[in-house]
Amino acid sequence: MKKIEAIVKPFKLEEVKDALAEVGVVGMSVTEVKGFGRQKGHTEIYRGSEYTVDFLPKMKIETVVADQAVEDAVKAITKAANTGKIGDGKIFVLPIEQAIRIRTGENGDEAI
Amino acid sequence: MDELIQTIDSGNTAWILTASALVLFMTIPGLSFFYAGLVRKKNVLSVLMHCFVLTCVMTILWLVYAYSGCFAEDGKIFGSAKYSILNGLGAEPHGNADTIPHELFFIFQMTFFIITPALMVGAFVERIKFSAMLWFTGLWALLVYVPACHTVWGGGIFGEMGVQDFAGGIVVHITAGVGALVACIVLGPRKGYPDTQMMPHNLPMTVAGTGMLWVGWFGFNGGSAVAADGSAATAIVVTQISAATAALTWMFIEWFKHGKPSVLGIVTGSIAGLAAITPASGVVGPQGALIIGLVSGFICWYASTAIKAKFGYDDSLDVFGVHGVGGFIGTLLLAFLGAKDALDGRGDFVAGSQFVVQLKAALAVGTYTFVVTWVILKVVDAMVGLRVDEQDENSGLDVSAHGEAGYND
Repeated sequence: MKKIEAIVKPFKLEEVKDALAEVGVVGMSVTEVKGFGRQKGHTEIYRGSEYTVDFLPKMKIETVVADQAVEDAVKAITKAANTGKIGDGKIFVLPIEQAIRIRTGENGDEAI
Repeated sequence: MDELIQTIDSGNTAWILTASALVLFMTIPGLSFFYAGLVRKKNVLSVLMHCFVLTCVMTILWLVYAYSGCFAEDGKIFGSAKYSILNGLGAEPHGNADTIPHELFFIFQMTFFIITPALMVGAFVERIKFSAMLWFTGLWALLVYVPACHTVWGGGIFGEMGVQDFAGGIVVHITAGVGALVACIVLGPRKGYPDTQMMPHNLPMTVAGTGMLWVGWFGFNGGSAVAADGSAATAIVVTQISAATAALTWMFIEWFKHGKPSVLGIVTGSIAGLAAITPASGVVGPQGALIIGLVSGFICWYASTAIKAKFGYDDSLDVFGVHGVGGFIGTLLLAFLGAKDALDGRGDFVAGSQFVVQLKAALAVGTYTFVVTWVILKVVDAMVGLRVDEQDENSGLDVSAHGEAGYND
């Protein structure tokens, strides 16, 4: 099992969710985060005082999938979240030791 | 008794009853929202609390002595205590408002007494100790507002000189503005100012508050006619024109200078125009109001941005820059724009000599305010300390002073 963490632009969330559903990934958790990579922030001005906002709003999608599903899932996210502009985001793949479904107690690949 | 009651005009009474509610609405929640939206989220409740508690405290102080101190018909600087707890109030109206019941004049003027110290809240937000705030504003209201009001409106020395202050350019805006300036200097800036980002946490709230202030100002200036007649109508007309003009002026300056017209800019501009027209709303006409709007929009913008940045004081919500400077501008300009032969002035004074009277009164009240505010702050500092400690300031006054959070979701 692997955990896929994808940081994407907020307005891409629906598209990414639909693209994942198409390759059979139907469970995920989503968090609102702030961050930056190479994308520059912007400036706001309040009564003549300038403020630079470096941290930009992003969406973090986390989903745990079976090993054999990783490649398709990553491809789906990449295609759906891509705009071609700086700030599109990143995908990280992490190993998962164990997964358990709380309701039934199933574990391993049956749980995800 | 019957002759006395016959002087009461029901139309005037109805209007001033309404105006009293409008001006109270300016503090709760107009000014409350205006200020609360401008501070950081962790301090939103403390600002609302300040405005609310001041409303309550000033009500009691007004009853116990302040009304009498302002409007008793004796005394050059402070009125006597003849009307304390409304003991001496008879069936006769007050001389300043002889067609409405005395109690109505009492409550209408109370709403001005309430909003003036509330204006100063903007200068010490996010760092003042609650007990210090209560002591300071209470003492200030009694020792600064009362003599300012009495000498300008209550038949004291400036009234005798013929000073023109229709609705409180000197009594409200200059006193509050100067008091705020002293307070923010004595208290010192917020931790991290000016390098740390301290953005308004809820501008929609600020804009809503501005609308309430603007509408309420019809009661503030229009009600100061103490009559439901042409002078009240003129007052609200010039109020509207000055507010709109100053708002647009500020907006266009920012558009030109920063490339984007801002919401905060346009609403702040409107308040500058409203403050400036306040003393003049009895004597200038629409053309005069246009000029007052333009001038106050520009000068208050300059005072709140360039001058503040240059001197480095943390007048957090620009009380001095907008109210102090705005009130001063209107107080002086009315001599020229409201004079007998001026533009469309409706006053019956001569520009030159009136200007001298205006300047004298404004400078005298301003200087007195400066000194007395400073003394009160030093005394309160010695009594209870003015600021919260650094940790409390960091965690925010809502949780540290009031044990609450504004938004729990």
